Amino acid sequence: MNPRVARSLVSASGPPGSTRRDSPPATGISRNGRYVLPLALLLLLVTIAAAVSVGSADLPVDSVLRAVADHVGFPVQPLPALPDSIVWDLRLPRVLLAALVGAGLAVCGAVLQALTRNPLADPFLLGVSSGASTGAVAVLVLGIRIGAGPVDLTTGAFVGSMAAFGAVLLLAGRRAGEPTRIVLAGVAVSQLFSAVTSLIVISDAHTQDTRSVTFWLLGSLTAASWPSVTLSAVVVGVGLLVCWASASALDAFAFGTDTARSLGFSPGRTRVLLFTVTALMAAALVAASGAIGFVGLTVPHAVRFLFGSGHRMLLPACAVIGATFLIWADTVARTVFSPQELPVGVLTALLGVPVFALVMRRRTGTP
Amino acid sequence: MIAPDTAGRGVGGDPVPAGALPARLDADGIGWGVAGVRILAGVALTAEPGATVGLLGPNGSGKSSLLRLLAGLARPESGRVLLDDVAVDAIPRRALARRIAVVTQQVATDVEMSALEVVLLGRTPYRPRLAGVGAADLELARRALAEAGLAGFEQRRWSSLSGGERQRVDLARALVQEPDLLLLDEPTNHLDIRHQLDLLRFLAESASTVVVTLHDLNLAAQYCDRLVLLYGGRVVAAGTPVEVLTTSRIEQVYQVRTDVDIAADGRPRIWYRSHAT
Repeated sequence: MNPRVARSLVSASGPPGSTRRDSPPATGISRNGRYVLPLALLLLLVTIAAAVSVGSADLPVDSVLRAVADHVGFPVQPLPALPDSIVWDLRLPRVLLAALVGAGLAVCGAVLQALTRNPLADPFLLGVSSGASTGAVAVLVLGIRIGAGPVDLTTGAFVGSMAAFGAVLLLAGRRAGEPTRIVLAGVAVSQLFSAVTSLIVISDAHTQDTRSVTFWLLGSLTAASWPSVTLSAVVVGVGLLVCWASASALDAFAFGTDTARSLGFSPGRTRVLLFTVTALMAAALVAASGAIGFVGLTVPHAVRFLFGSGHRMLLPACAVIGATFLIWADTVARTVFSPQELPVGVLTALLGVPVFALVMRRRTGTP
Repeated sequence: MIAPDTAGRGVGGDPVPAGALPARLDADGIGWGVAGVRILAGVALTAEPGATVGLLGPNGSGKSSLLRLLAGLARPESGRVLLDDVAVDAIPRRALARRIAVVTQQVATDVEMSALEVVLLGRTPYRPRLAGVGAADLELARRALAEAGLAGFEQRRWSSLSGGERQRVDLARALVQEPDLLLLDEPTNHLDIRHQLDLLRFLAESASTVVVTLHDLNLAAQYCDRLVLLYGGRVVAAGTPVEVLTTSRIEQVYQVRTDVDIAADGRPRIWYRSHAT
């Protein structure tokens, strides 16, 4: 124990209580997490089971569990072929992809908001989504081929995202660790890639192509498959771990670069690392599902409201709640106007704006 | 371990903490500029182990810039900063954060962290990267908050604290870093007079070496062992308060006319003459 701390900063003669304005309310923001996080995790598991059972052919939850248990290798009575296929080949990958995309986007958003100290930052800040659309449109409309086969949409989108992020780093130059610089570069590159996308679409307008591009751009989980789930799981898992390992640095950034540095962090290096990790995560997720908006912007604000902004708790909580949120959004998107399907991005915006407004109204922060 | 106390300090016979030795600070020939504008030139400053050094000077004289360079937050264009005879920029960041703590002027932030979480940030240089907060860290942070007069404020959100409360939370955060050298940039900002006096008494009695920028000449005279007076990025005077705070020098630097008495404790007292006379 440090006796320097023990030496009083308050004169003993001072009237007791004069340093306290009033008895402070027990907000307990950091303690919330201990009880709420396991609860949220439980809710996520229930959500996954429920979402898989809901659809044009309703399947009871116990059949869902049986099908999963069967595929994982438990000795249970297998389901008939058709329902089994609905659960295992169609719905489960889609629900899991929704969970991973929601988790990943929410974590990216939280990290970028902390890095740039900008509450409006979202996973697509650094040109990732406009790069993805350019890549996807180029593949779809221009029919770019590598070697024998045509390049698929996912690959095109990922390459486009990376090209855009590369352009952002290039434009930001050597001082890419400065948030303002990299955000401005992100804005410029986003505009550039949007312009290129429009140019490609207009230059060769097959209405059918354009429509499928639009649907994909708004975000859709229809293309979910086990390979895309596996890839997303790896990307989100590794990304979350890297970001979580930097949780203390992210906390310190809120108090400015000098404070972060004086606490032993290297702000420039940490920022470049985390900008790169979040760009990779966002690029992989956009390639799998299109640019689903508002999850990465809204969920971190809502979670901060519940858990406070300490990142050790905030990041896992964002992952769990982002996952739950997107599963529900996608479930509604595919069932409400069944058999017609809404792009899930439309729904996240519709749900996201009221949540955002509520959080803004109830925020206790200083102006 | 011997407490390197100077006269008039350590009245209570406080023990010196194990593992926290007050550091000696030597800066020499410091030059610095931003975008072609020269901010500091040929600045030298020495702080003996355990001393409290006040950094004075009018607005724009380079106090804050000098403090940043002393803290190793930026590298001087010329000259060197030595902490116990080792160049500050040769010490790895994390190791440096265990030896030097800095209280900067406040950054506007609406972070939703509790006061306790903010103070615990001061323990991160001691913690492995993925480790959680230990019980000892928690206890240290609680005590630091209590000693900053903020007992019961542990769970208060940062955004609900007043300017003075934030200043004291930030100080508690610096204290749990257990620094050998504590650097503070105008820490009396936002504090009422009682908390200003408490803070300066605390700094003067603190075992660690302290360099603090101040605007109030009388507070500086009363509590600092040595003063360094900056003007236009250069040191115009350095020494004991009596040596530095003379009528002629205050007029030269601040363009303010004063009378200076020497009080019974040997410290100068500055009386400001009104502009009219």
